[in-house]
Amino acid sequence: MAANKKKHEPFIHITKRDAIVWWKAWLIRIAAVIIALLVCAIVVVALTGYNPIKVYASMIDGTFGSSRKVWNTLQSTAILLCISLAVTPAFKMKFWNIGAEGQVLMGALASAACMFYAGDRFPTPILILIMAIASIVSGMIWALIPAFFKAKWNTNETLFTLMMNYVAIQFVSFAIMVWVPNGSMTMGVINRASKIGWFPEIFGQKYLFNIIIVVLLTVAMFVYLKFSKHGYEIAVVGESENTARYIGINVKHVIIRTMMFSGALCGVAGLLLVAGTNHTITTSTAGGNGFTAIMVSWLAKFNPIIMMLTSFLIVFLQRGAGQIATTLRLNQSISDILTGIILFFIIGCEFFVNYKINFSFGKKITEAEKIEEAAK
Amino acid sequence: MKKILSVVLMLAMVLSTCFVLASCGTDENAKATGDTQTAGENTGSGEKLSVDPDFKVGFIFLHDENSTYDKNFMDAAKAAQEAVGLSDSQVLFKSNVPEGNECYEAAAELADAGCDLVFADSFGHEPFIMQAAEEFEDVQFYHATGVNAHTAGIENFHNAFASIYEGRYLAGIAAGMKLNEMIEKGDITADEAKIGYVGAFNYAEVVSGFTSFFLGARSVCESATMEVVYTNSWFDIALEKEAANKLMDDKCVLISQHADSEGAPKACEERGVPNVAYNISTMSMAPTTALISSKINWAPYMQMIIEAAVKGEKVAADTCYTMKEDAVQILGLNEAVAAEGTAEALEEAKAKLLSGEIKVFDTSKFTVNGEHLTEYMADVVSDPNFEPDTNVISDGCFRESEERSAPYFDIKYIDGITEK
Repeated sequence: MAANKKKHEPFIHITKRDAIVWWKAWLIRIAAVIIALLVCAIVVVALTGYNPIKVYASMIDGTFGSSRKVWNTLQSTAILLCISLAVTPAFKMKFWNIGAEGQVLMGALASAACMFYAGDRFPTPILILIMAIASIVSGMIWALIPAFFKAKWNTNETLFTLMMNYVAIQFVSFAIMVWVPNGSMTMGVINRASKIGWFPEIFGQKYLFNIIIVVLLTVAMFVYLKFSKHGYEIAVVGESENTARYIGINVKHVIIRTMMFSGALCGVAGLLLVAGTNHTITTSTAGGNGFTAIMVSWLAKFNPIIMMLTSFLIVFLQRGAGQIATTLRLNQSISDILTGIILFFIIGCEFFVNYKINFSFGKKITEAEKIEEAAK
Repeated sequence: MKKILSVVLMLAMVLSTCFVLASCGTDENAKATGDTQTAGENTGSGEKLSVDPDFKVGFIFLHDENSTYDKNFMDAAKAAQEAVGLSDSQVLFKSNVPEGNECYEAAAELADAGCDLVFADSFGHEPFIMQAAEEFEDVQFYHATGVNAHTAGIENFHNAFASIYEGRYLAGIAAGMKLNEMIEKGDITADEAKIGYVGAFNYAEVVSGFTSFFLGARSVCESATMEVVYTNSWFDIALEKEAANKLMDDKCVLISQHADSEGAPKACEERGVPNVAYNISTMSMAPTTALISSKINWAPYMQMIIEAAVKGEKVAADTCYTMKEDAVQILGLNEAVAAEGTAEALEEAKAKLLSGEIKVFDTSKFTVNGEHLTEYMADVVSDPNFEPDTNVISDGCFRESEERSAPYFDIKYIDGITEK
C-alpha cells in the first residue's frame, strides 16, 4: 500500500542538459533577443508613447548613420574589446579582477605623463615607444599588487582590485591638480598644436591605428589561450586549483604571471585611449569600460573571437542609447533601461541553454512508475 | 520547489521594476513639460523669424536634467527654441557628453547631421569644441564659460558667460538680511554671523562667485564672515552634503553653494539652517530653509545666437550678458525664510546695480590683507602657466567679466573669507 502511495509530480522540474546541439543553443539565443526586443517595445510604448520601430531605427542610425559614426563605433568597440581581452585570462583563471578600470587609468596616466613631461624632448615614434612601455608597466604594477597579496596571503582579490580602482582615480585627480592647478580639473588636449605623442592617422583615419592593434591583440590572445602552455595552465587553475597543484603547476606563479599579463593589456588600453583617442586624461577616461568588459568577456565565454561580437553588441546598445536621447529627446535613462532589458534576456537565456524545463500537466505518477522511469 | 519559488520571485521582481519604472517615467515627463512652460514664459519675444526648415541647432550637455547646471541650460535651450519657432527635429540635444574626445565626436556628429550652430555647456568641453570649430568652418560653435575664444582667432568659435556675480551679490544681500534678523532676534551675536560656502573647484569662476555673494551679505551685515570648503567636483551629492554638514558643525549659521547637486540644500533642511542656492530654486526640496537662488538665464543669449545664425550675422567672439538682458536672475525668494523687507531691498539694490550706482567689486568695499587694492594683475589671456597678464582694477573697481566674459576674479581671499 505504501509503495503505491500517489505523489504529486511538481508541475515544473528542471534538469541539466548534457549537451545541446549548437544550432539549438543559437536558436534559444536568437529567440531571447527577439523576446527582449518585444519587451523593450512594450516598455517604450508604455513609458513614452513613441513608435518602437522608430526607436530601433534611431539606434541603428546612431551606430551606422554616417561614416563618422561607423568609425566611432569601431573605435569604441576596439577599446572595449581590448579591455575585455585584458580581463579574460584572469577571469578564466577564476581570479575576479574587478580592477581593470584602475589598471586602464594607470596606463592612461602613464601615457599622459610622458606626453606632458617629455613632449618636446623626443620625436613622436620614440615617445610613443616610451609611452607604451610606461603604460604597460603601470598597468602591470597595478595588477601585480593585488595578485601578489592574493598569492602570498590569499587576500580577497575582488575587494582588493575594486579598491585599487579608487586609488587610481585619486592618483589621476592628483596628477591633474598638479598639472593644471588653476582650473576645474580638466586637462585640455595635450600637445594640441604639435600632436607629439599622438598615434598617426592611417589612410586619413585617426582611429585605424587603435583598431589594427586591437585586432592583432585579439588574434594573439586567442592563440595564447587556446594553443599555448600558459593558456592551458590558466584553464586548469580556473577549473581546480588542486588539480593544478597535483599535476605540478605552480599556482601562485600562474596567478601572478596571468595578472601581470592582464594588467599589461589594460595598460595598452590606457595607451590607446590617451594616444589614439582622447589625447587627454580625466578621472573618467576609462569610462566604466573596465566593468563593462567583464560582461563582454563572460558573454563570450572567454572566447576572444566571440568577444568581437559581444563588445560590438554592447557598443551598439550604448551608441544607440545616445541616439535615442538625441532624436527623440528622451532622457538617456530610457536607453539604459532598454540596454538592461536586452542584457537581462541575453544573459538569462544561457539558463535555457544549460538547463531543460520539463512540464507535467497534472499527471500524477505513482512511486512504482517513478522507479520504473528511473530504471530506464 | 526552490526553483519554482525563485522563478516566481524573479517574475515578481521584473514586474515590480516595470511598475516602478513606469511611474517614474510619467512623473519625469510631467515635470519636464511643466518646466518648459515656465521657461517659455520668461522669454516673450515679438515677431518670429522665417527659418529654413533645414536649419538645425545642436546642444551638447555634460550631464542630463538631473544636474541643476545642465537642466538650466536645457530649459534655456527649449525656451530659445520656442522663441525662435524651431521644431523639435531642428534642435538636437546630446546629453551626458564627457569632457573628452567624446565631446569632439558629438560636435562633429551634430555638424554632420546638418547643424548650423553647435553649443556646448561645460568648461572642459572647450578644447574639443575648438577642434571641431577648426574642422567645420561653416558651422558656428558656441561654448559657455570658456576662456579662449577672445584670443584664439578662430572665426566660428565663440565663448559666453553672464555677469552672475550681480545675481550672487543680490542673493548675498538676502543672506545678510537674514543674518541681521538672527542677530536682532538674539539667536546669534554679531560676531557669530558666519556663512558657510560649499564650492566646487578652487578657481576663478567659483572664487568670483562666493566673493560677490559675500560682498552682498556684508553690504548689509558688516560683521559677516565666511568659510569656504571645496569638493573638487561639480556634481557629488554625498560630498556636498558632507561639506555642508562640516560647515554647520563649525558654527556656520547660513549656507550657500556653487556645486550642482541637491546635497547641500538637503543637509541644510535636515538641520534647519537657511540656504542660498544656485541655478534652480530649491524651495520644493527644502521648503523651510531655502532662502533664495540666483541663476544665469541663458535663453536670451541662445536666442540671439540662433537668430544670428539664421540671418547669417556675425556674433562677437566673446559675449557677457548681464541683468540688462535678463541673463542674470534671482528667483525663489522664500517669504517663510527671508527677513522682512527683503524683496523691497532687492528691488532697490537691483535698480542701483542696473544704474551703476553700486558696483559689486568696488575696491573701497573690501580689503586684502588689510589693504584696499589699487591694482591687480589677472590671468585674462589663458596660457598653460596661468600667468597674470592684465591689470583689471580701474576707477576704484575690479572690472570683472569686462576683459573677457568668463570670470577672472581669483583673489584668495579677501578679508573676512577663510578656507576651511
